[in-house]
Amino acid sequence: MNMNSIQSIILKRLFSGLLTLWIVTVIIFAAIELLPGDIATEKLGQAATPESLAAFREKFDLNRPVVERYISWLGGAVTGDFGISLSNQRPISELIGQRTANTFFLAGYAASIAVPIAVISGMMAALYNGSVFDRVLSGTTLAAISFPEFFIAYILILVFSVGLGWFPSLANVDVDTSLGERLYKTFLPAMTLTLIVLAYMMRMTRAAILNLLALPYIEMAHLKGIKRWRVIAVHALPNALAPIINVIALNLAYLIVGVVLVEVVFVYPGLGQVLVDAVSNRDVTVVQAACLIFAATYILLNLLADILSIIANPRLLHPR
Amino acid sequence: MNNLIFHLRDAPVSAWVGIVIVAFYAFLAICAPVLAPYAESVSVGAQYQTWTSAHYLGTDALGRDVMSRLIYGARNTVGIALATTFLAFTLGASWGLLAATLGGWFDTISSRLIDVLMAIPPLIFALLILTITGTSVVALILVIAILDSTRVFRLSRAVAQGILTMDYIEVARMRGEGMFWLIRKEVLPNAAAPLIAEFGLRFCFVFLFISALSFLGLGIQPPTADWGGMVRESAKLIAFANFSSWESATFGLAPLLPAGAIAILTIGVNLVVDWVLHLSSGLKE
Repeated sequence: MNMNSIQSIILKRLFSGLLTLWIVTVIIFAAIELLPGDIATEKLGQAATPESLAAFREKFDLNRPVVERYISWLGGAVTGDFGISLSNQRPISELIGQRTANTFFLAGYAASIAVPIAVISGMMAALYNGSVFDRVLSGTTLAAISFPEFFIAYILILVFSVGLGWFPSLANVDVDTSLGERLYKTFLPAMTLTLIVLAYMMRMTRAAILNLLALPYIEMAHLKGIKRWRVIAVHALPNALAPIINVIALNLAYLIVGVVLVEVVFVYPGLGQVLVDAVSNRDVTVVQAACLIFAATYILLNLLADILSIIANPRLLHPR
Repeated sequence: MNNLIFHLRDAPVSAWVGIVIVAFYAFLAICAPVLAPYAESVSVGAQYQTWTSAHYLGTDALGRDVMSRLIYGARNTVGIALATTFLAFTLGASWGLLAATLGGWFDTISSRLIDVLMAIPPLIFALLILTITGTSVVALILVIAILDSTRVFRLSRAVAQGILTMDYIEVARMRGEGMFWLIRKEVLPNAAAPLIAEFGLRFCFVFLFISALSFLGLGIQPPTADWGGMVRESAKLIAFANFSSWESATFGLAPLLPAGAIAILTIGVNLVVDWVLHLSSGLKE
């Protein structure tokens, strides 16, 4: 009975998450339909011959009804085939395949630096709820939410690239770049992303643990004379796991989107660059593909955060 | 209002710093034509001059005076961000209060719709819509205002729901007050404090968002002076900076000046908001 209740909660959340994802795919697909006028005339100009217009419509599959096209677009997208680009007529998957991998690499790199530092120092800040550390933390959080991403990026470039010459300011990697060189070249972008999420993540971790330590059962454990580390490791940590997992997943979702600006600053060949270029060229099919990847990752990470924190909640695992 | 002036006397230092920063930016924005030594988008000298007495902060790639453009930028960037925030608030707050007061299916449908809109990261959503509408100032304001009004909707609905459970609302309803009267005279005055603090936070978000879009070349378009766009235009200069002499070091500062202008205003507004939040939470107790 107990496991069933957990399962039904998870299934409910899974269902609503997937429903949201589906509605979002509809919104993204509808974008191309909302373009004013006819895409074929818009792209080829008023002087285009009827034959070339017909060929264009055939190529971009514009003759079939909307619902049919949506189903085949979605089917293609799930298998990684996003159709062809409006402006250069090459397959989109070829255009964005490697770049999507680059974007996930950069976000993962930043996360692997930011998450351990944030969680450990956030816990320390909560345990030693001292005034000095606390003030430094709230000051840096204010800076982190106030500074635009590119401000942090250019300060890092000015100091570590132009001033000290330790790291390159352009993160120009390609398929042949070895892992070590890749880590070196993308260090500054990864640092920028880390600085953006670090303070926020630390603060959320700290708040989660402080809330927990204020609960009566922790006080009871202290009063019973249990050693401090034992109170934290055995009594507090299992309950703290859920909020911490939540903090991490929320910030990973944020990283995936924050990467767009950082890629542009460091001219890093990622999906964000493709998206920005496609928006200024009004290359709708590429924009759709990139938006779908970003939005789906964001929604799935949020979904994962919720499900993991349900699983990690000891109250649900050991109900009365 | 008298209350606020009374509290101003014992405001903490951080709040005063915030107030001074915001007042300074407001002064720059309002008096831009008087303060700026040169016109906003006219070439007035050789390109890429260093910091000298004729052009205190040098000139940009087209020979325009950087200091004048920074001052006009306060007017353009902050003005557009303010207009967007006002629109987002009018939309979000009236919709949120309406949903909370009406309840029923209208509330349910609105809330589900907002949930879906908020599930998409705002930057991605804005880029998708700007592809369709193209990048004009009007499109920019409308798109960001609508995206941001979802956050205002959430807050004002939650606040209004708390107020609507009060006894005096029950009495007002029984007295036969109409719905719009109820919202305007009974709910809105009591929801004002949290909404004002939220206005500051939303302004920061909108301001950073517009600057980010302009930096990507998809926001406010040149030749209008705008801080995000100025960072984009001067970004390449940073590679020519070297610290051997004072003049060549100023190249490195070229993108940092407008970016810093954005950062400092956001800090100022945040400091004021922190203080207002602290005040309103203290007053409730």
